[in-house]
Amino acid sequence: MVMSQTKAAFGQAEPADYESAVSARNISKNYGAVEALRDLSLEFPRGQLTSLLGPSGCGKTTLLKIIAGLLQPSAGEVEVNGHTVTGPGPDRAFVFQDFALLPWATVMRNVAFGLEMRGVAKSEREGIAAKYIAEVGLSGFEHSYPHELSGGMRQRVGLARALSVDAQVLLMDEPFSAVDEQTRRKFQEDLLALVQHENKTFIFVTHSIEEAVYVSDQIAILLPRPSRVSEIIRPSSFRSKGVDNIRRDPEYLDIVDQIWASLRSYVE
Amino acid sequence: MPNRSLLLKILSAVILFGAWEIAGRVPVSFAFPTFLESMAALVRMTADGTIFTAYAETLKPLIVGVAISTVLGIAIGLWVGLSQFFDWLFSPIFIVMQAAPLAALIPLLVLAYGIGLTSKVLVVCIMAMPVIVLNTSSAVRNTPESMKEMGRAFLASDTAIVLKIIIPAASPVIFAGLRLGISAGFIGAILSELKITPTGVGDIITYSRSIADYPSMYAAIFSIILLAVLFLNLLEKIEVVLFKGNQRGYVSD
Ligand SMILES: Nc1ncnc2c1ncn2[C@@H]1O[C@H](COP(=O)(O)OP(=O)(O)OP(=O)(O)O)[C@@H](O)[C@H]1O
Ligand SMILES: [Mg+2]
Repeated sequence: MVMSQTKAAFGQAEPADYESAVSARNISKNYGAVEALRDLSLEFPRGQLTSLLGPSGCGKTTLLKIIAGLLQPSAGEVEVNGHTVTGPGPDRAFVFQDFALLPWATVMRNVAFGLEMRGVAKSEREGIAAKYIAEVGLSGFEHSYPHELSGGMRQRVGLARALSVDAQVLLMDEPFSAVDEQTRRKFQEDLLALVQHENKTFIFVTHSIEEAVYVSDQIAILLPRPSRVSEIIRPSSFRSKGVDNIRRDPEYLDIVDQIWASLRSYVE
Repeated sequence: MPNRSLLLKILSAVILFGAWEIAGRVPVSFAFPTFLESMAALVRMTADGTIFTAYAETLKPLIVGVAISTVLGIAIGLWVGLSQFFDWLFSPIFIVMQAAPLAALIPLLVLAYGIGLTSKVLVVCIMAMPVIVLNTSSAVRNTPESMKEMGRAFLASDTAIVLKIIIPAASPVIFAGLRLGISAGFIGAILSELKITPTGVGDIITYSRSIADYPSMYAAIFSIILLAVLFLNLLEKIEVVLFKGNQRGYVSD
């Protein structure tokens, strides 16, 4: 059930309007003596993008991996589309913070890996992979190996791999951290379009407050270890005003300031 | 680039053979022939076919032993690397095998298996297998966790994780183990011919030494080293063909 911490935060929005695609309930996670998450609860509305924002080492990756079914929580449970998560499933795809590419495989094989594991025939999966390679701007590099690519290009390979399996829930761990500012802005716009046109649920980790406010329907701010949700912010008005005007919108600027105000106490 | 490395190889060969020629002419010892004398002996043995009949004998235990060590060694190494239980069961055996003085074990082998092919194959295996097993298992154990995690996230089965992630990731270290193991196998093959029954190349070495025909003796030794070097080069080619992207270092940032 939703804990009092989130109830208080939800005060500024109306949670009842949204159906949850993913629910994290009372999640705790200990790594030996290190307590990464403590009693964290959070709802992820279907068809929307939720950002996780918080200081480094606060457990964002840990939460994402628990939702992916890659890690078992020490307590609590995750539900995806009403089913309790016991392991990885076809309904979720992951973009890894450290890319996790196969160095001996070409860009094409790396991007098609998820489809290959799902038993899609070679010609078909290469067609799909080629489409997403083009989408992330890597056309012409299909037959390159990861060591021949720059950091940002490798990150895009990981992005294309996750997009190509067409999962309902996309778990993205700092997916734009290594790309250049221009590409980053383009990807943010593409992401907004993706959220709008496809009924997918995005869970997005970032360190950039501006990025979070720009792309998110909902922003969850996490406290430092042991982590729980301290605040949930739902930008409301500027989303409809068109991509180009968001960064000038007063509400956008207010929310950026507000988040910085709550985070700065942990930096000091 | 490949041209330059070929040039360097030729250069180091010229220096080595030059030093050998000079050491033979000084002479370092009356039992040490010059490079040219040894090569002449090698040409003579090749011309009259002695060397071929010798290798027909020597290659038997060598090829059988190396083949068994490669297949069994990699299979056991994978097992040991993947399962705690097999690690506990097998690792000590191979560590002891690697440390054991082989010369002391040969009489035991002969006692148990006679002086035939079996004993010689076993000597090759004892020399070659431990390093193959130990390298394979440690490479498997050191597969980056993030790659295996990626495999699970994209729904790879356990078999697919072993075949498509663990084995390719471990391949550079497995091949390094194969190189060491196969070189040791060559030593084992010659050792068995010197210590069990003199046949093949071991027979040429023993016999020409007994009649003080040192050029022939060194020619035989040279030929086995040459064969080993050629074989290791072939192995390197196979590795390049199988795992192209692994060649160069992979830095993740
Ligand atoms: N495998 C592990 N073993 C032990 N401790 C771990 C492990 N993984 C993470 N931790 C600890 O858990 C905490 C949360 O880690 P996590 O990677 O989830 O942080 P994060 O919020 O993603 O940080 P960043 O923003 O820097 O990526 C960290 O303090 C880390 O030390
Ligand atoms: Mg992280």
